[in-house]
Amino acid sequence: MDAPAISTPAIDVSGLEKRFGEITAVGGIDFIVARGGVTALLGGNGAGKTTTISMLLGLLLPSAGAIRILGEDMLRHRHRVLPRLNFSSPYVDLPHRLTVRQNLKVYGKLYGVDRLGERIEELGRDLDVAPFLDRPTGQLSAGQKTRVALAKALINRPEVLLLDEPTASLDPDTADWVRGWLQRYQRRVGATILLASHNMGEVERLADEVLMMRTGRIVDRGTPQALVAKYGRDNLEQVFLDIARGEGRAAELAPLEAAQ
Amino acid sequence: MSSLDIVVRSNPRFSLGRVAALVLRHAYILRSSLPRLLELAYWPTVQMVMWGFMSQFLAQQTSYVAQAFGVLLSAVLLWDVLFRGQLGLSISFLEEIWSRNLGHLFVSPLRPAEMATALMTMSLIRTLIGIVPASLLALWFFGFSVYSLGLYLAGFFFGLIAFGWAIGLAVSGLVMRYGMAMESLAWGVIFALMPIAAVYYPVSVLPTWLQYIAWALPPAHVFEGMRSIMVHGVARPDLLASTFALDALYLGLGFLAWLGLFRGARQRGRLLQSGE
Repeated sequence: MDAPAISTPAIDVSGLEKRFGEITAVGGIDFIVARGGVTALLGGNGAGKTTTISMLLGLLLPSAGAIRILGEDMLRHRHRVLPRLNFSSPYVDLPHRLTVRQNLKVYGKLYGVDRLGERIEELGRDLDVAPFLDRPTGQLSAGQKTRVALAKALINRPEVLLLDEPTASLDPDTADWVRGWLQRYQRRVGATILLASHNMGEVERLADEVLMMRTGRIVDRGTPQALVAKYGRDNLEQVFLDIARGEGRAAELAPLEAAQ
Repeated sequence: MSSLDIVVRSNPRFSLGRVAALVLRHAYILRSSLPRLLELAYWPTVQMVMWGFMSQFLAQQTSYVAQAFGVLLSAVLLWDVLFRGQLGLSISFLEEIWSRNLGHLFVSPLRPAEMATALMTMSLIRTLIGIVPASLLALWFFGFSVYSLGLYLAGFFFGLIAFGWAIGLAVSGLVMRYGMAMESLAWGVIFALMPIAAVYYPVSVLPTWLQYIAWALPPAHVFEGMRSIMVHGVARPDLLASTFALDALYLGLGFLAWLGLFRGARQRGRLLQSGE
């Protein structure tokens, strides 16, 4: 099988929808993430960010729509692309009784990583997890667990990395360290990152493009700077609040966008 | 050009390496906990001792047990193969739920058939850890060797453990689809079959309509085959053949149920919500 062309978008989503009975969690969204870019899904609780990421990963089946990652149809051939992506989410854990090294070894073998021992040592140094590689994962602090989750997410050198709230529940210092590290990693290897967050600082710092979500829909999109300018605000947090509350420029734009 | 641009990784439809990776994950847990290892052998050993003394007593009272002293002990051991086989698979799966690890596993290249194979392998390991010490204890304590059944013992063992796997797969699927409310099935569901499994008495004891149901399940064939050897000294390859034919059917159904329930779990977003 030939590899899809490099020019193919890393992620191509069209008409993606998820309903749970009468409730629409994601209501027909479309977006494209270019290769090598960082795109953020930004929205409040219940906006549909985690549902969207879960559908991209194949953990949740959509009610309608199509998902292509690295050119592959994720609903029909997800196993073709799974070795080339990875993820991190606060909603899943690594087995607590296994040491960090054991967890990384298990996942390295699942992903078929060559020279796994070297890879684990390399990640240990890069992510500063080497000092606790042989400690049970359940005994680590929240910050240490986040770094271990990142190490697991990077074990297979993924081309596409999906991160759901990567700095949730971290103190500001550790969160800043994680953001800096992600930024350096993305620039170094050119991976595509899609992250879901409701942390404005994080999104402003990391993302090339922002998809603003509210009640399961993408209500606006653009670079952080363009969105700030469009809504006539000082920063992304104010834009977010306008959109979440339907106030300010968001209230003026909404009828226009609905008409379009 | 970045270092990731032209990476194309192969992903075979079935990888023994991935099966081994998941077995390794469970082996790490077993290896790190002596109480867990001891717990696996605890109940089979207690049962063996109790039924050993019971057999000694009954051998003095009834000609049936006197004629074939080990028939009850063999039944106890083989029933435990079925029970431990099902429980071993279900517990290995529940470990993933308890540790909220399912999301990671199902986003990795691991395929459902590989996961099922790894769970069956773990069940085999757990069952052997539980049963072998008890069988050796029976030899030492009561002078009875279940290994006197010869090659048929291997047939009975795999005939029962395969049926245990079929039930374990269905139970795991129910837990995945409906959540932890189904967890108690892992411990209890197999005992619903015990009255019609003909463990301690022949199928002919059952009412006629229930005999049809009993013969539709592999355990009755195994236990009748065991009694035929131990009580009458007659090996019954036909019963072993029907056991394996039924096992193939139930394993297929168990795996299909597991796949269907996995799909149901994906439709309802259960894989990210799993855990206590």
